[in-house]
Amino acid sequence: MTSQMTPGVVAGRLAKEVIDDNFADLHAPLDGHEAMVAADRCYFCHDAPCITACPTDIDIPLFIRQIASGTPEAAAKTILSQNILGGMCARVCPTETLCEQACVREAAEGKPVKIGELQRFATDALMDANVHPFERGSSTGKKVAVVGAGPAGLSCAHRLASKGHDVVIFDPRPKAGGLNEYGIATYKSVDNFAAREVGWLLQIGGITVETGKSLGNGITLSDLTSEFDAVFLGIGLGGVNALRCDGEDKDGVLDAVDFIADLRQASEFGTVEIGRDVVVIGGGMTAVDAAVQAKLLGALNVSLVYRRGKDRMNASDFEQDLAASKGVRIITNASPRGVIGNGSVREIEFEYTDDDLAPTGETFRLAADQVFKAIGQTLVGDDLPDIDRGKITVTETGRTSVAGVWAGGDCASGGEDLTVTAVAEGRDAAEDIHAALSA
Amino acid sequence: MANLESEFVGIKSPNPFWLASAPPTDKEYNVRRAFEAGWGGVVWKTLGEEGPPVVNVNGPRYGAIHGADRRLLGLNNIELITDRPLEVNLEEMLRVKRDYPDHALVASVMVPCEEDSWKKILPMIAETGCDGFELNFGCPHGMAERGMGSAVGQVPDYIEMVARWCKEATDLPVIVKLTPNITNILYPAEAAKRGGADAVSLINTINSITSVNLDSFAPEPTIDGKGTHGGYCGPAVKPIALNMVAEIARNPETHGLPISGIGGVTTWRDAAEFMALGAGNVQVCTAAMTYGFKIVQEMISGLSQYMDEKGMTSTADLVGRAVPNVTDWQNLNLNHVTKARINQDLCISCGRCYAACEDTSHQAISISEDRVFDVKDDECVACNLCVNVCPVDNCITMETLAPGAMDERTGQPVEADYGNWLGHPNNPSVQAAE
Repeated sequence: MTSQMTPGVVAGRLAKEVIDDNFADLHAPLDGHEAMVAADRCYFCHDAPCITACPTDIDIPLFIRQIASGTPEAAAKTILSQNILGGMCARVCPTETLCEQACVREAAEGKPVKIGELQRFATDALMDANVHPFERGSSTGKKVAVVGAGPAGLSCAHRLASKGHDVVIFDPRPKAGGLNEYGIATYKSVDNFAAREVGWLLQIGGITVETGKSLGNGITLSDLTSEFDAVFLGIGLGGVNALRCDGEDKDGVLDAVDFIADLRQASEFGTVEIGRDVVVIGGGMTAVDAAVQAKLLGALNVSLVYRRGKDRMNASDFEQDLAASKGVRIITNASPRGVIGNGSVREIEFEYTDDDLAPTGETFRLAADQVFKAIGQTLVGDDLPDIDRGKITVTETGRTSVAGVWAGGDCASGGEDLTVTAVAEGRDAAEDIHAALSA
Repeated sequence: MANLESEFVGIKSPNPFWLASAPPTDKEYNVRRAFEAGWGGVVWKTLGEEGPPVVNVNGPRYGAIHGADRRLLGLNNIELITDRPLEVNLEEMLRVKRDYPDHALVASVMVPCEEDSWKKILPMIAETGCDGFELNFGCPHGMAERGMGSAVGQVPDYIEMVARWCKEATDLPVIVKLTPNITNILYPAEAAKRGGADAVSLINTINSITSVNLDSFAPEPTIDGKGTHGGYCGPAVKPIALNMVAEIARNPETHGLPISGIGGVTTWRDAAEFMALGAGNVQVCTAAMTYGFKIVQEMISGLSQYMDEKGMTSTADLVGRAVPNVTDWQNLNLNHVTKARINQDLCISCGRCYAACEDTSHQAISISEDRVFDVKDDECVACNLCVNVCPVDNCITMETLAPGAMDERTGQPVEADYGNWLGHPNNPSVQAAE
């Protein structure tokens, strides 16, 4: 009988019902009355700080007032007109560092208005009714290629389609959605939400999705620039950083992003294998997503090890608390020195570091059946526009060094690597592309 | 602990909290439980003539206004007087009064506006041992269509006439319950006094439609597709009631006429406010209908604590204390100058004061790049709107400028002397006198 104690990497450490329950919605949706009570707490601030804090500038007080007055569909349109992926952002945005951090009630009493949950209430209402509130403009005859069907590409494509341009989206994966589909913890996007959202978004019309294609794989940037009137690159960061320590090639040392993607695509969570002793290396959202889900699958010991101090972790306090609440042990100021094992990983050795990453000489080892690397992703691709510090250099509106080529999202310079930032950049690039094509 | 014992027009009760004539006081079962819960008195649900009782609608009888968390802010009803036979009510009242001799039991009465009707029923009711009568000249719905309730209360001559009949028919105290659905509450109050009434009670409910169903296009509450105006009560009506009580209390013609205060009393504080404005006691209905009889415990403890803190030993020490401070606008001191002050430590930068002042008032609040809000003294007229819309207690306050201090808005120093409109140079009658 397989249990949490079973050594090695196995599936079914917990009963199916327990695992299914573990992967249920992180936040149950607000019901109508809860939404009314939550909305009533909004002060309808003048020139509200929450709007400023939102990378997509959603008029938050207005949409909350629309919820409070019984018109969540109108609220959803307010949201989606600024952020077409407002449904996903309601689920994955680190609101505690964005709108809700800026909420004046956070300053007043440490309890912000539940902006994220209210946004979900509104967008769910509209999407559950299968209403797409935007219409495609009359055709311009212009064609735009969007490379990457992630948040930046989808946002860009929708805005372009609404202006009447014909858009073709290319993506190497079998499904559109990018990190929304493959890169987010399962409990943040249940019931196939990412795919449903893409389907809903495409209702605007004028957008074709071609999967199985990426730069260098069926298409090239030079072909696209000659065939299309404009090109938008939203290709994300396809590479994973290496640990750069001995034994990294041993079995059981894996990329966290692959683990997260496999779990998202699994039809039965109980069939996903997980180690008894799991070590995740990294301090960002990906690290937390991997560590928490390892625990939810039934790993007995999960440690998240970060080389700097807690305050430097990219994962928000909320994410850190979530990990701790699920039983993940967070170890800070420790760098990997070697993966130990005969063929497969058995242990991993760390050395404590000070806040300047200087080694202290003190080491320790953690038992490990699996090691997930989550120490950042890198831009990959040849013949890209000019790159600076690992990102495609872009202007405020996403123009790259190549005429007719725009870029946005994680692959481009500027902004944090967040879904909401990618949506904003895709949208703004689309507006600039539209202006350029209309000139 | 302060002594809350109350004596109102000679009627004694353990405390000044009575249940108003309404569904909570419709029968023996309720009233016994109310007394056990601590209520000082009840005004029994309004009795009508002998014979077949009135009938009520069997659809909804109430409509409501809610806050976001379904806090009940206002209630509307279209229920009529008691729909139980008179003899049943009288038997029950007799038993209750026998068992609760120290509690107040007042009979509310509504019969047709004919001398015989009133003179016949009062002695019958008096046999129950009740402590007094309250003449229901207030109910604005249903019974008013039949020439009773507010149909009487809206005609001062009728009030005076019926009150006189009743005083001729009984030695017990007679309280006239007033409708607020009139232009000036002083006319019916003065009429009641002229008729010999021992007291007035107010307010009865206000004509109202709580809401309209935007699908069926019918007013709420809706009975088979139709609705009618009901009587509005609950916390929402308290400010209206307070004003009407105060007007009667300070009017020379009615000053000293005992008042039983009614209208949105929900907590001890509401009760204390009514009493400070001249009410000898209060009557409660909606709060009990919302939360049950137990709320009287909070009212008793709260009023006791307040009176102890103020050194008041009896409710008489409180009754009327605020009346001298209710005056006409023309008597207000125009030389009293205040300015809004924003406490920057408490400010949470919501900007509501700015939006309110900039958009709808005097453009007297500035906003900086980093959302610091300041009052422009040269524009501030001290309207208090910023104080009212600020979500933080005591964040914005009004500071009184000392005599001699410069009022930057007028460019004049604040005068030390009291000066009102009656002597103001802009007053045409002042100019005429010159």
